[in-house]
Amino acid sequence: MTVLAVAEHRRGDLRDVSFELVSAGRELAGELETDLAVAVIGGDVEGFADELNREGVDTVYTIAEGEEFNHGVYTQSIEQLYADVDPTALLLPNSVNGLDYAPAVAGSLDLPLVTDVIALGGGDSIEVTREQYGGKVETTYSIDADRYALTIRPAEWPAAGAAGDATIEAFEVDVDEASLGSTVNGFEEVGGGDVDITDADVLVSVGRGIEEEENIPLVEELADVLGATLSSSRPIVDNGWLPQNRQVGQSGKVVTPDVYIAVGISGAVQHVAGMKGADTIVAINSDPNAPIYDIADYGIADDLFEVVPELIAEFGGEAPDV
Amino acid sequence: MKVLVTVKEVAEVDDEFGISGLDVDESALEYDLNEWDDYAVEEAVQISEAGDDVEVVTVTVGPERAEETVRMALAKGADRAVRVWDDALEGVQFLDPNSKADLIAAVAEEESPDLILSGVQAGDDANGATGVALAERLGFEWAAVVNDLDLDAEAGVASVHRELEGGIEELTDVDLPAVLTIQTGINEPRYASLRGIRQAQRKPLDVNSLEDVGLDEGIVESAVERTSMYEPESESDAVVWDGSADEAAGELAALLRDKGVVEG
Repeated sequence: MTVLAVAEHRRGDLRDVSFELVSAGRELAGELETDLAVAVIGGDVEGFADELNREGVDTVYTIAEGEEFNHGVYTQSIEQLYADVDPTALLLPNSVNGLDYAPAVAGSLDLPLVTDVIALGGGDSIEVTREQYGGKVETTYSIDADRYALTIRPAEWPAAGAAGDATIEAFEVDVDEASLGSTVNGFEEVGGGDVDITDADVLVSVGRGIEEEENIPLVEELADVLGATLSSSRPIVDNGWLPQNRQVGQSGKVVTPDVYIAVGISGAVQHVAGMKGADTIVAINSDPNAPIYDIADYGIADDLFEVVPELIAEFGGEAPDV
Repeated sequence: MKVLVTVKEVAEVDDEFGISGLDVDESALEYDLNEWDDYAVEEAVQISEAGDDVEVVTVTVGPERAEETVRMALAKGADRAVRVWDDALEGVQFLDPNSKADLIAAVAEEESPDLILSGVQAGDDANGATGVALAERLGFEWAAVVNDLDLDAEAGVASVHRELEGGIEELTDVDLPAVLTIQTGINEPRYASLRGIRQAQRKPLDVNSLEDVGLDEGIVESAVERTSMYEPESESDAVVWDGSADEAAGELAALLRDKGVVEG
């Protein structure tokens, strides 16, 4: 019995989720009264292993294959390590790359898979918590199996801190290069341009609640009278109503302004990941149950098309007709 | 060339809802085409419009009610549809994405597509795993979270951008046949035209039972079981201003002046 967690790194650095996996893995290993092993595949595995040697980790396996993530290399490496370690639980990150290999690994090892887990519980069989219906409800699943795979939502567990005394073990794998059907050619940074929303002291941020592209001038005017910068949640950029460099969230920018005014934003977890560090968060959203209110300091649970023109008028501006 | 698109009818929950037993009350659910699948359908239709002799087939696991969603995909330009359903699937929750992948794989094996497009995730379950699990079943190559696709059918390669976190994209070449999971924003999904909606009524929509796709009822057995569903406790300690819009706006304006956002 072992809990085996797989770390994630990109362009030379371990990602935060790796240390959160250590915390989640430690919790699960405690429940199951078993060991915690962490594997790191590719890149500077020895340097990564030193960093991953945190309190509660029994073994760090290093697999020196490749530099950057490749799902074929990861899948083959984990399958081979799995056969050797025979873990009860495989803990993987619920990140973009985690979801690019976890289902394939679970499939080929014939393991039940539950993704995007936000809490773990014990009992006769393992119980996990996840969200459903866009976060409106939480639900628990029991997994009645001796072996299973879970992916862990980023930023739900604290990063493991204190240094540990793990055994670091190099694990040799035999990767069948000929079977790799994907070639990673490089990376591209997106969302450059004239405006840097990470630089702004005050952000007026617009979401799906604005309904139509024709209504965008309303929030532009609000940003204008406040001397603020305009940003947005994902759907606005997906629709092409604002350029990508305005997007706040997991796939966009992480911002930490003094004041963040969320207009018509529900507060999905991917958005909150990008703005929870703001000093003061103000929500204008007509649904008082919207998750944005869980992190807002102030709010107006009223129709934005009523509130925003009043707010513009307060500062001597004139709301455009929308 | 044949492109298979996985299409799911997803449940959206009203602002006000109750929970009975292990799920939200049916009366508070509205069904619609999964947002991510809308982009996948559009991508497939654009491929068919750009090439000669490209067939777009949708595959759905769902009850008869789901045909409304399937017809929507046909109205947007898919050529025909396959729906899998069976009495044995009634009430099955597919909590483990592996079982859904098994079902779709059975259809895909019949269809032998060159390319399968699926949404990154479904808006209700948010597993984010079925597409990659499907690729593993089929022995196809794959790429998850694709927000740019350049297809070279002749060379048998899809050049994609995978949308990583933090504004970084990974540029990857994927050998065909492949499953790509499609991210929102990759294109601009069209609205179905009236003409498209009329034509959709005449397009083939085959309904297959488990037996038809060569599976038995064992497919629904799963080690994963739902044990509870509840509304998360609000963690809100926000000051929410009541009153009319202008009163509330006045309070907010005072706060913003107080914070020094605006002077005077």
